[in-house]
Amino acid sequence: MTGSIDVRAAEPRLEYVLRLADNALVLGQRLGEWCGKGPALEEEMALVNFALDLVGQARMLLSYAAELEGAGHSEDDLAFLRDGMDFRNLLLVELPNRDFAFTIVRQCLFDLYQCGLYEELQRSGDSRLAEIAAKASKESRYHLQHSAGWFVRLGDGTAESHQRVQAALDRIWRYTGELFETDDVETALVAEGIAADPAVLRSEWDNQLDRILREATITRPADDGMASGGRHGRHTEHLGYMLAEMQFLQRAYPGASW
Amino acid sequence: MTRTRGKTTATEEIWRLLQSVPDPEIPIISIVDLGIVRDVFDEGHPVVAITPTYSGCPATEMIEQSVREVLDEAGHPDAEIRTVISPAWTTDWISDDGRRKLREYGIAPPAASAARGRGLFGGVGLAIACPRCGSTATSRVSEFGSTPCKAHYQCGACAEPFDYFKCL
Repeated sequence: MTGSIDVRAAEPRLEYVLRLADNALVLGQRLGEWCGKGPALEEEMALVNFALDLVGQARMLLSYAAELEGAGHSEDDLAFLRDGMDFRNLLLVELPNRDFAFTIVRQCLFDLYQCGLYEELQRSGDSRLAEIAAKASKESRYHLQHSAGWFVRLGDGTAESHQRVQAALDRIWRYTGELFETDDVETALVAEGIAADPAVLRSEWDNQLDRILREATITRPADDGMASGGRHGRHTEHLGYMLAEMQFLQRAYPGASW
Repeated sequence: MTRTRGKTTATEEIWRLLQSVPDPEIPIISIVDLGIVRDVFDEGHPVVAITPTYSGCPATEMIEQSVREVLDEAGHPDAEIRTVISPAWTTDWISDDGRRKLREYGIAPPAASAARGRGLFGGVGLAIACPRCGSTATSRVSEFGSTPCKAHYQCGACAEPFDYFKCL
């Protein structure tokens, strides 16, 4: 297998599964970058453990996507041989890690989203998705307890940790609108009882986040100038650099295995 | 195709063999005691249904390999391994015998049913008993220990540092 795989213009269910898979894969890869660089050994292990869970979830989802695609591709093919514009992940997850505060704020916003999403998807009319959601949901709850705990501790901590969390949230906020966007793909799947309804997810996410913000003494930024495009393959420049590293081996030595 | 569920003579032998397969990361406990083996079927050839603990557990492939080797050596080269993810693995499936073995090995077994501690800031306040002296005057050092499924604790009574198998 050489060259890139193109799965643009996929049918709705495949499109949806790829979106879920790519969120997990891209954030898993990002968090893995903390390996060897964590602020403390325990936190490094926590972040890299989250990365492992996310990559595990991505594998289940990509395997399912490969079956839906029916083109003889494997989960590895979909992870390593698609180009940036074929990735459907949210912009939020591809942003560089920056400092620990930024990583924790992003993680907390994402975990909150994943918890709501996977809770809903356990009732999906697609039994494979429901099974994966039931498995991933337990892990997301675990992640959220950790990231929300740190969000509060840092926000309600020293002047510097508070300032860093607020700065991170202000910087990241414009990437949160995309979490709840809806398009023809999702509208159709929500009507079929397969996808989670973004409007339902949004209200629960808002409620829980407000609770965390209060505890953390952090101010919610204004909802203007939201960024968008990741789910349709329009990414920040950061994704390309990440994929260049993540895909290097399979691109340079196609089919290499160990 | 005959599909026999439960413990017939053929499947009993497979269960017995699997009981000897250790978890690669906690070798004191078998994959049966850990609840990873979900079922054994006789479909003309043995079929073993296994489930991963955490989605990202790096031991999953090694477990599959070990099962294959043990069954192969026992004369079942045609054994089939089926990965199932539903219902999702829970620490509630660790057997009583498994819990005892964990404790003897120095790992505190999961303290409560996994349904507890599901809230936003949940999972705190569970009394974890020290596997060495039994005291519950213990404190969490780190939510993540030597493997993803364990947290790191220390006993306030006897000062023993120990792993705690988290509820999932």
